[in-house]
This record gives sequence, C-alpha cells and structure tokens, in this order.
Amino acid sequence: MIVVLFAVSVVTFLLMHAVPGGPFDSEKKLPPEIIENLNKKYRLDEPLVSQYLSYIGEIVVPRIERGKLAPSQLSDYLITIDLGGETYLKWINFGPTYKSKTRSVNDIFREQLPVSAQLGVWALLIALGIGIPLGAVAALNRNKPVDYMAMSVAITGVSVPVIVLGPILIWLFGITWRWFPVTGWGTPSHVVMPAFALGFASSALIARLTRASLLEVLNEDYIRTARSKGLSERVVIIIHALKNAMIPVVTVVGPLFAALVTGTFVTETIFGIPGMGRYFVTSITNRDYPVIMGTVLLYAMLLVLANVLVDIAYAWLDPRIRYT
Amino acid sequence: MRGLIRAFVTPNKNWGPIAKLMANTLSKASPAPDAVPITLRDAPDKKSGGLWAEAFRRLRRNRMAVIGLFVIGIIVFCALFAEVVAPYPFDQQFRKDNNAIPSWLPYVFPTVKPKGVEGGYATVSDKYLLGADYVGRDLFSRIIHGTRVSLAVAIVGPLTSLLIGVLLGSVAGFYGGKVDNILMRLVDLMYAFPALLLIILMMAFFRSTFSQSAPGTLAFSLNKIDSAFGGMLFIFIGIGIASWENMARLARGQTLSVKVRDFVLAAESIGMKRRTILFRHVIPNILGPLIVAETLAIPAYISTEAFLSFIGLGVNRPTPSWGSMISDGAQAIRSFPNQAIFPALALAITMFAFNFLGDGLRDALDPRMRGVD
Repeated sequence: MIVVLFAVSVVTFLLMHAVPGGPFDSEKKLPPEIIENLNKKYRLDEPLVSQYLSYIGEIVVPRIERGKLAPSQLSDYLITIDLGGETYLKWINFGPTYKSKTRSVNDIFREQLPVSAQLGVWALLIALGIGIPLGAVAALNRNKPVDYMAMSVAITGVSVPVIVLGPILIWLFGITWRWFPVTGWGTPSHVVMPAFALGFASSALIARLTRASLLEVLNEDYIRTARSKGLSERVVIIIHALKNAMIPVVTVVGPLFAALVTGTFVTETIFGIPGMGRYFVTSITNRDYPVIMGTVLLYAMLLVLANVLVDIAYAWLDPRIRYT
Repeated sequence: MRGLIRAFVTPNKNWGPIAKLMANTLSKASPAPDAVPITLRDAPDKKSGGLWAEAFRRLRRNRMAVIGLFVIGIIVFCALFAEVVAPYPFDQQFRKDNNAIPSWLPYVFPTVKPKGVEGGYATVSDKYLLGADYVGRDLFSRIIHGTRVSLAVAIVGPLTSLLIGVLLGSVAGFYGGKVDNILMRLVDLMYAFPALLLIILMMAFFRSTFSQSAPGTLAFSLNKIDSAFGGMLFIFIGIGIASWENMARLARGQTLSVKVRDFVLAAESIGMKRRTILFRHVIPNILGPLIVAETLAIPAYISTEAFLSFIGLGVNRPTPSWGSMISDGAQAIRSFPNQAIFPALALAITMFAFNFLGDGLRDALDPRMRGVD
C-alpha cells in the first residue's frame, strides 16, 4: 500500500516536472528577477531530489515547533496539537498553492473535499441503488421483456456520459419543469440532479455485472441445496444468491468510489458545485505543483483505501476467502 | 474433405426414408418441424467461410448491431463529406444572427421565447436548421463537422492503445519472469494513476516538445500533422497512451494461454527465434479478442475526447468538437437549450451506435459470451 503511494508520488513528481512550462508562466511575462525570487520562495530552484524529499517530509514527518502559530499557507498543517507552553506538534502539510497567496492545499482539502465526497457518496448510492436491483431483476427474468428493458437501460447508461446527461437533466427538470434548482449547492434538492447524472453511468456498469454474476451463481449447487431445504424463493435469492453474486460488483465499487469522489469535474462544472474537480484540472494546466501532487496523492490514497475495504468485504461475502 | 461431407450429408435415395422419419419424429418434439431437414439439405451448399464470415452472418442477424452499423455509416459519410452535407462552413459567423433559433424551436423547447411574444429575446431565423451559436455560427454545420473529431478519436485512440497494450502485454506474457513482473507492476501503477492527469501532461509534453523542433525532423512533421488536424493528433495519442493498461492485461492473459499451444511448440522445435515466434505466431492469434475489446471501448474514447474538449483542453478552436459545443451551450442553457442539447444528442447517438456494434460484434464472435458481461 505504501509502496503504491510512494511509486505514484515519484512518478507524478517526475512527470509534472518533465513537462515543459512552469507555474509562473503567464500571458504577461514576469521579469526574470521576480520569477527567480518566486522560485526561491517555493524552493523550485533546488534540485528535484531535495524538492521531492522536502515535500514528502512535510507530509509524512510530524514536527514539534516552539513559538507562536503563524497563519501562513507555508505553515498550514492538517493536524496541529497544542502540547502546552507554546509548543505544537504539527503534521501533514500538503504545501502552498502558487495561485493564491492566502490559501494552501490543506485549505482546498478542508473546504472542497467534503463537497466532492458528499456528491460522490450520493452518486455511489444511486449507482448501487439502481444498478443492483436492475441487474437482479434482469437475471431473474432472463431473456424475458423485463430483462431486455433492464439491459436497454444499462446500455443507455454506458452511452450517455455526464456531459450529455447533465444538460438534458438541467433542461428537463431544472428549466422546463422546475423541479430542482439548476445550479448551486447546500440543500438536499441541490444534490439530486448532479448525483443522478454522476451515478447513472456507473449504475449501468453495476447492473450488467450484477446480472452476469447472478446468472452464474443461480446455477451453483448451493442454490439447489437451499431450494431443496424448502427455503422460500425470496430467502434463496436475497440471502444465498445475491450475497454471493456481489463479489465482482464489490470489486468495481472500490475504484468506482475513488473515481466518483475525485473525478467529478464535469458534473461540478455543469451544476456549478464548489468541489475538488476544478482544482485538479486547473492545477494541471497551471503547473501548480503542490495542488497536482496533493490531489493525485489523495486519489491514490482513496483508491488504495477503497481496495482495502473491498478486500474486507470479500471476506464477509465469501467466508472461503481468507487472508493470511 | 468437403466432398466427403457432402456425400455423407446429402439426402439420396437411401437416406430419404430416414430423413422423413427424422422429420416426423422431430415434428412432434420441436416447435419448428421443418427446421432440421432444411438445414440438412442446405448444409452442403452453404459456404463456411471461417470465423469472420460466420461472425458477420451472426452480426447481420442482430438488429441492434445492424442499426448501429447503419448509424456509424451515416456518421462516416458526414465526416468524409462534411463540406457537402453541412450548409455552411463551420467557422462562418453571421454577426446579426448570434443565438438565432429556428421557428419550430419554441414548440419543442417551451421555455425559449422568440422575439414578438411577451418577454421574447431570441432572434428567429429559418436559415439555420437547429439554430446558431453565440457568435452566429450554424449549429447544424458545426455538429456535422464535429463528427470528424469523434470519428478520428474512435480510430486513433484504440489503435494507439492496442499497439502499446499488445506489445507490452504479449511480451510480458511470453517471456514471463522478471520482464513480466516489471511490466505488470507498471500496469498496476497505471491503475492507481488518474488517467486525466496523464493525458493532460502528455498533451502538454508533446505540444511543447514538438513545436520547438527543427524543420525536416520527424517531430516537425508530426507537429505539422497535428496542426493540420486542429491539434487533435496529440490528444488522441495522449488518450491512447493513458488507456493501454486494460489491453495489456488482456493481451498477457491471452498470450499465456496461447504460448502453451502445440503450434508454438512446433515453431520452437524447428528452431525459430523466440522473437519471431512472438510476432509471427503468438500475436496474430491473440488479436481477435483484443480487437473486440477495443471496439467495446470505443465509446469510452469518444466520451474522453468530448470531456477533454469540454474542459477546454481538447481540439483547438474554432475546430468544432461536440464536447466544446456542449461546454459553450451549457453556459447559455437557460436561454438557448438547443445549443447544448443538440450536440449532446449527437454525442449520445454516436455512442449508442458504437455500443450496439461493439455488443453485437462480441456476441457474434463469441456466442457463449452473449448476455454475460
């Protein structure tokens, strides 16, 4: 897990520095002395290795400092513990952002991440809430009209990306019928359309997986055993079949969650939501190195974490799987 | 061989009663009584043209796939003859007609108010089939020209990722050991890496590296091609480079199963070089499933390009791309929903068509996979 994070951080660091152009290139050319001073301030004049080490050091190594807390973006730590006597334990500093004098990457995480995470969780719930029942119904009525209908919903899901679904939802439910607010964030009704737009494509994926997996499970011996014990069909389907059919579904839910939480840029743009996506995209084009590193590491961390959760879920779903 | 089969199957005098008997028994059991004798009689005349002809026959019977193929045909036609199909050039601006709407539009989009009614704001002009955009360019013409970008990405993206994926995947699977380990860890790393970052960085890298190159070099000519395509080439290559990891995994798996087959052993026994075996015998035999997988992935490439253009990193303006048109239109969606909805519909229809074709192709080439994802 740590190996993956380390590799991702090294590759991202090298890649973003290998790409020509720097954070202080702008339409209006800055005088070279100013660029030099800016580079010195953000330690961009040092060799790459020492830049990398100091960046990672700020995140990983906790430090104890004496003296008053200075509210500056260079000394912004996610965790600050007062040890008494003006001594503080500081930990996790994702660094400054070059585009703002007062905000740090930690600020972005604090303010924007909850918004994106909320949207992502709702989208995931919608994806699971639509996808699993749809796939299950399709599998139980295999090759009947219900199946075909469910699968055409699924194929719609993979054919209609967010940039198509977003404007159509806004036009129908936001402008023509005025059921939901078009843009903005904060109330439950603001969540409905973006979460649906974001989750719909994933629900199609989950529906197809659930259908395929359930069809396979229904042929297993233990389903016949359960039926021959005289259990009711509902118990057989829900407890015996569906639970076991969830294993491949759970596999994709992990990466899906990470993607939904961080990869929400289009949804956030279309629906005017103040989330993380914007920072990720603009940071890359602006060569705002700490923001790039921060968002990529966050994504990788979420992915790794999600995969650990998936492994735990495996063991619960299928007791034959054991990690030793 | 075929003659032998014919002799065996063709109903002749001696076979007649048996065939009749079979037909009679079958007519009781099966709902289509004459199905079996007819196939028996037809079988020798039918040409069995190998895997692909058989697959094509199955594909033709799949109605959705045929519709998909038909729509793709229309799109290809539009892309090839965009200048003829589109009523106006894609960058021609009619200054007076910015945000003009056709007269039928308010009936379909009731929130749009044409000039003349109370609170009306939109210029009505039937010069434009679907309306004009914010600088007075014909929406329909731009959608037609937009097919070029989407089609090009549907071709170049899969080819790039196929090339990289097949090469790395088959090498990993074929040679095994340390090579396999290193390459597969690389693939794992790619999974944990946001594709968007890679694409954007790749594009920036290509553009700035090649734009400074001296005339006469390969890089210079690549840059010329790129600007001729409106900056598309590097996007496509970037997208391809960022999405080979699935292909590599698939290619590795296929290689592992192919390399233990007898024909590889035979090639080894006549003293062929390992590399020759890989390129001459292994790779041609793993391509089939990989091509199907790439066909299934085409909608993803199209939507990635649209997404990149949407966030302003795609093709150079004024080359029209559906993504950038949706992005422009979304900003005025309250007043002029047509400007976002129509490119969005075009994108959706294209993706539907490719999805139907991809599904149909998979079912046709591997009937066992039907309905199983």
